[in-house]
Amino acid sequence: MTAVVIVCGALIAVGAVLAIVRAELGPSMLDRTVALDIVVTCLVTAVALYAAQERRADVVPILVALSLVGFVGSVTIARFAAVEPEDARRLRTREEVAAEEAARLAAELALLDEPPAGEEGPEARAEGEVDDEAVPLADAPPAGEEGAAP
Amino acid sequence: MSWTAVADVVSAVCLLAGAFLAFAAGVGVLRFPDLLSRMHAGTKPQTLGLILVLAGLALRLRSGSAVWSLAFVVLFQLLTAPAAAHLVGRAGYRTGQVRKDLLVADELTPELTMPPEPPEPRVPPGRHRRPAWPGDRPALPGDRPAPPPPD
Repeated sequence: MTAVVIVCGALIAVGAVLAIVRAELGPSMLDRTVALDIVVTCLVTAVALYAAQERRADVVPILVALSLVGFVGSVTIARFAAVEPEDARRLRTREEVAAEEAARLAAELALLDEPPAGEEGPEARAEGEVDDEAVPLADAPPAGEEGAAP
Repeated sequence: MSWTAVADVVSAVCLLAGAFLAFAAGVGVLRFPDLLSRMHAGTKPQTLGLILVLAGLALRLRSGSAVWSLAFVVLFQLLTAPAAAHLVGRAGYRTGQVRKDLLVADELTPELTMPPEPPEPRVPPGRHRRPAWPGDRPALPGDRPAPPPPD
């Protein structure tokens, strides 16, 4: 039995490692989902192998839980799968992330410097209308806002 | 050779076969070219491999409650694996992960692109009501008018 367990464990481990390699490569999210399903299956097989070697019946609930959880994960990911652009299928480098952050920050700063368009009179604002730029300032007292508007 | 020794040997064979299927799934999911063939490789240990491994475990444990729990696991996996595979395959088709040049037959694309055919009338018009026979009940005010007899 020991030799059988060693051979089975080696086969399961190699299969799980290959599936993890595919999950790392796998060009789309669904490929990764399929690969991680195989990892879960390898985990179930390994737990069953351990239970068979030790003759332990108390790890059987782990198998039930694992089979339930693997199903939920793959169905959820498949439900929300969307078309990915070619560029999004690889990990971005550190420089690309830094450049994107800088561009986003510059865009936000330009939006702040821009004077707000479509200024309304104070009486319209006193009736409870709130435009989009004023939402973060909702805590400010309305009297000061009325004084600053004209 | 007693019954328990035979059960242990059969259990070892089942475990070996299940572990080999897990290994084959790993090789297949790494080597196959597109999503559908990777799913094909990956679903073998999910059903057959799991059945083999859990049968081996049941033959090794040989206790009633554990065997029933394992049967429940197999039943649940047999119910859920096709649903999950269907969802993943459909999502893969929707997001363009299916390579059309590798398909032998593609029945989903004409099903999705062709307009639906109008439903055929089950009875030809004018034939769905037989002419009056002697012995029929008399016509009541709520009855539909009888169709004209076919020429």
